[in-house]
Amino acid sequence: MEHLLRLLTANLPSRRLPQKRFLAVALALLCACALAMAGEPSSDETGDEHGGEKLDVIHHVTDGDVIELEPFGEIHLPAIKIGDFDISITRHVVMMWIAAILLVVIFSSVANAYKKMSRPQAPKGFVNLMETMIEFVRTDVVKANIGEGYERFLPYLLTVFFFILTCNLLGLIPYAATATSNISVTFTLAVFTFVIVQFTMFKEHGLKGWLSHLTAGAPVALWPIMVPIEFLSMFVKPFALMVRLFANMTAGHVVIVTMIGLIFIFKSWLVAPAAVGIALIMYALEIFVAFMQAYIFTMLSSLFIGMAAAHEEHH
Amino acid sequence: MLSSLIFAAGLLSPNPGLIFWTAVTFLLLVFILSKVAWKPIVEALSEREKNIQSAIDRAEQAKAEAEKTLAELKAERAKAQAEAEKIVSDAKAYAEKIRAELLEKANAEARKTLEDAKAEIELAKRRAMAELKDTVADLAIEAASKIIQHNLDAERHKDLIASVINDLSTVQKQ
Repeated sequence: MEHLLRLLTANLPSRRLPQKRFLAVALALLCACALAMAGEPSSDETGDEHGGEKLDVIHHVTDGDVIELEPFGEIHLPAIKIGDFDISITRHVVMMWIAAILLVVIFSSVANAYKKMSRPQAPKGFVNLMETMIEFVRTDVVKANIGEGYERFLPYLLTVFFFILTCNLLGLIPYAATATSNISVTFTLAVFTFVIVQFTMFKEHGLKGWLSHLTAGAPVALWPIMVPIEFLSMFVKPFALMVRLFANMTAGHVVIVTMIGLIFIFKSWLVAPAAVGIALIMYALEIFVAFMQAYIFTMLSSLFIGMAAAHEEHH
Repeated sequence: MLSSLIFAAGLLSPNPGLIFWTAVTFLLLVFILSKVAWKPIVEALSEREKNIQSAIDRAEQAKAEAEKTLAELKAERAKAQAEAEKIVSDAKAYAEKIRAELLEKANAEARKTLEDAKAEIELAKRRAMAELKDTVADLAIEAASKIIQHNLDAERHKDLIASVINDLSTVQKQ
């Protein structure tokens, strides 16, 4: 007993120290991030001659053709126009490209690790971490919701998951912007899911099956009610996908900016501890939300695809 | 208030250029990642899955085989044990039989010996009795003849009668 106690006390400090150090580093990083994010609206405020006291929260989350790197200056992005069609490169486009490049670099290196294996081996380190996520999406999200023949949709759903996740996480880096908090981006992603769902239903059930799903197997007398409802629900699903991702990613950032903005509205250092504290909590929550929303988008997409591909009635 | 509404509208209004770029970026990403990443990764994963499954299957098969062998061995052992038990019990029964037989034989012999001895004793007794009878008869005859020889002597006769009377009186006194 005494021996055991001595062992425990001997091990305690050495075991807990790295954890404490890690926590301290994480907290410091979060603080730095929150403060750096606070730097942006404040510089906007001081730089704005007309606004004076006004804190432009919305500006912080909307798209633009300027990447502000206060106090290091700003990058003006090129405006491209084809006829009347404006395809200027914006902040969010740049963020998407960064996310895309990151994904290609990360996952091609992960794939290389697998190619190097002459026989199936246990993954190590970063490859293992990525595999955990890929495996989670593959089995627990896609396979669980689509079932038979899920492999066809795997590339799309894996890409959607990691693309949204990366965009969400990139948005948490100071000076960066969140592409997924833009409704045009989430709209496009939702349209892809919509197209895949409708295409799958056509392919699996034919035109007749696609039309009959609009009646939801209800008696003919109910068709005038059922058909509009089913027709609407066809569009409501991707609409919900679009709004959910957009609103979640926007809201967290707005709250953080608002919290930090309180310091400048009250013009007092006394507000700072509480404001930064709350912003910090929100920031931590945002990290969770980043994963959560990527998961939900992928999960619901697989669910809709699974429903479209299923051969039995699902109503 | 109005300005914030306008900003909110700006937040919600879709931008065709961005939609275009999102679509292009995303489609390219799906294409590249499918080729570069998802295909080899998912293939490796499913291959490993199969490997693990086959390893599990093999292990299960080996386990079933081992269990079968174990059951066989157990049955064999049980059989051997039963056989051994039977041999032992047979031997015991045989031994018991022999013991009983021997006991019986010994008993019978002892009885016979006893009976023989008894018969011999009886015989000897009878013989002794007969001898005794003869001897007694001889003695009586001898005595009688002696008495007859002495009868001529009156003095002796008197003495004899006196000694007999004397004897009788001593017997009565006792």
